[in-house]
Amino acid sequence: MSVPWGETRLVQGNEAVAYGALAAGIGFFAGYPITPSTEIAEVLARYMPIMGKKWIQMEDEIASISALIGARIAGCKSMTATSGPGFSLMQEGFGYACMTEVPLVLVNVMRGGPSTGLPTQVSQGDVMQARWGTHGDHPVIALAPAGVKECFELTIRAFNLSEIFRTPVILLPDEILGHMRERMTFPEEEEVEVVEMPVPDVPVEWYEHYHDSANNVSPMATFGSGYRFHVTGLMHDAQGFPTRKKEEVNAKMARLKQKITRRLKELEDVRMHNMEDCSVVVFAYGSVYRSALAAQAILKKRKKKIGIFRPVTLWPFPDRTVKENLDSKDVIIVPELNQGQMIHEVERMTKDTVRVIPLHRVDGYEITPEQIVDAVMEVI
Amino acid sequence: MPARIPYEYKYLRAKKSFPHVWCPGCGIGIVMGSIIRAVDAMQWDLDDIVMVSGIGCTSRMPVYVDFNTLHTTHGRSLAFGTGVKMANPRLNVMSVMGDGDALAIGGNHIIHAARRNVDITVIIVNNNNYGMTGGQFSPTTPIGAKTATTPYGMIEPEFDVCKLLEGAGAVFVARGTVYHVTELDNLIIKAFRKKGFSVVEVLSPCPTNFGRANRLGGPVEMMKLLKENTVNTTQVKKLNQKDLEGKVVRGIFVDRNIPSYDERYEALCEKAGKMAEEGK
Repeated sequence: MSVPWGETRLVQGNEAVAYGALAAGIGFFAGYPITPSTEIAEVLARYMPIMGKKWIQMEDEIASISALIGARIAGCKSMTATSGPGFSLMQEGFGYACMTEVPLVLVNVMRGGPSTGLPTQVSQGDVMQARWGTHGDHPVIALAPAGVKECFELTIRAFNLSEIFRTPVILLPDEILGHMRERMTFPEEEEVEVVEMPVPDVPVEWYEHYHDSANNVSPMATFGSGYRFHVTGLMHDAQGFPTRKKEEVNAKMARLKQKITRRLKELEDVRMHNMEDCSVVVFAYGSVYRSALAAQAILKKRKKKIGIFRPVTLWPFPDRTVKENLDSKDVIIVPELNQGQMIHEVERMTKDTVRVIPLHRVDGYEITPEQIVDAVMEVI
Repeated sequence: MPARIPYEYKYLRAKKSFPHVWCPGCGIGIVMGSIIRAVDAMQWDLDDIVMVSGIGCTSRMPVYVDFNTLHTTHGRSLAFGTGVKMANPRLNVMSVMGDGDALAIGGNHIIHAARRNVDITVIIVNNNNYGMTGGQFSPTTPIGAKTATTPYGMIEPEFDVCKLLEGAGAVFVARGTVYHVTELDNLIIKAFRKKGFSVVEVLSPCPTNFGRANRLGGPVEMMKLLKENTVNTTQVKKLNQKDLEGKVVRGIFVDRNIPSYDERYEALCEKAGKMAEEGK
């Protein structure tokens, strides 16, 4: 039962996310129904009770992410799935998880916004919200899959990164990926690497819930394990008690940032295609990346070369890799299912001499390969 | 001065987190004392106790007690607590909250936690206003009362906390005050013993804000009001309608046995497991 290890079959993107969660060892799911993410909750509602794992439909999205945090502190790996309006409600709990360094996975299957927007149609309108949606300065890890198999793989990676960095991780598929079906082969169980956060082994009186270890991430005890500790969303010291002392506040804020910025290499995941001897590059992520690949094939027949640069990890943004690979190009086309969000990051990391051209679509439909081809033909 | 240190002290994080934030004359410390005595009576292992809270004066309580403590966002303590209890049903979970935290911003969460019958003991310290932010009106501010945001008097009717949660499905509902401390100790013990969603509403003075705004006097006068304005469930039977006017009733209003959410969930897992085995 559960993950169809080793099988090849037709799988929906949302279903693949659910299987990915099971493969990663999810112990607790809480959610609230919302299109186009609901299938994730439905698949898990079927399998998790069979496996003795905890699943609950809460009264809203705020409650869902709150329950997730409680469950993780009590020892269960946790995930929720939502879409735009629910993602907005979850910002409160997401910030709490950042502040209290609680690992969890938040899946936002992006649909058209703002507000209730286009519930059944695609968008990439939440990538900046993923980065800056909750108040205050905070680290964020966000991953964007571009296919059904990646929905499975990146859900596992999201869990693993959340455990490694002791922080919430956002998975950002979109409506197309969530609802499309593709043939995929599941790996064998032993091929999947699952990371568990280390638990403390110090005597209880020495335990610090936010100990500043070498890599800025300390082992986390859970409620009921014999280590009694305090968790608060207020600014806190290494033990977790509220503080306003400036040196302790600065230490906490620095550590929150550094635990991500010092290990960018582990987080970075960039795919590049034909980047050599081309002057035009398409920068694309998520489902738009698929259109970019198709556009590249069409252009190849016309003897036109373009490169493709795709960040899989959207946040932290791959600053250096973008600079190294895109700074020397003439034109970068950035197709996005929004009015221009990641394009600002691309512009930030490239010289003024590089032309960065936006290609937007916000009517709820995909950016077609032809649209990208047309945009390329105008500049090539 | 007492000849020995009271046993309650061993439950406090005395070295780390004092002095506390509560004003002179506040009743929340008395509630904390009652909770500690009730915990002591239950003989629970401290490692197995979780105290969850939201935001507000009452919600600062977890930092002072030496349990597993979780101080969350405003109104959400029962949502966090639901996650804790589901993840580890062995833990004894309690939630402490103020009237605003429980019934305004947390109103949705509390009715659903009660409906699910999650096995959590909820202690609602009702001081009729938001103390931490300076005395604004809450869902339990009486009609006509003055607060920082009702300078001309409150026009919204108040919640009856106990009736609300009885209607929502709580299996144990009681009301006490910080004047009637022994009674409160016993109510909390009974709530702890109850499997399922149990509630104790505690009437408590806020002399700094509500008392001052409504000219109710200092801490002593406000304590006297709790004595004079409340009657217990036995006294109620002896009093006529006229004498009962303006009185608040203390005591146990609901005590019923309904399977708790974790018991039901465990049964669900068994059923699902069997169905899967049979290939349905």
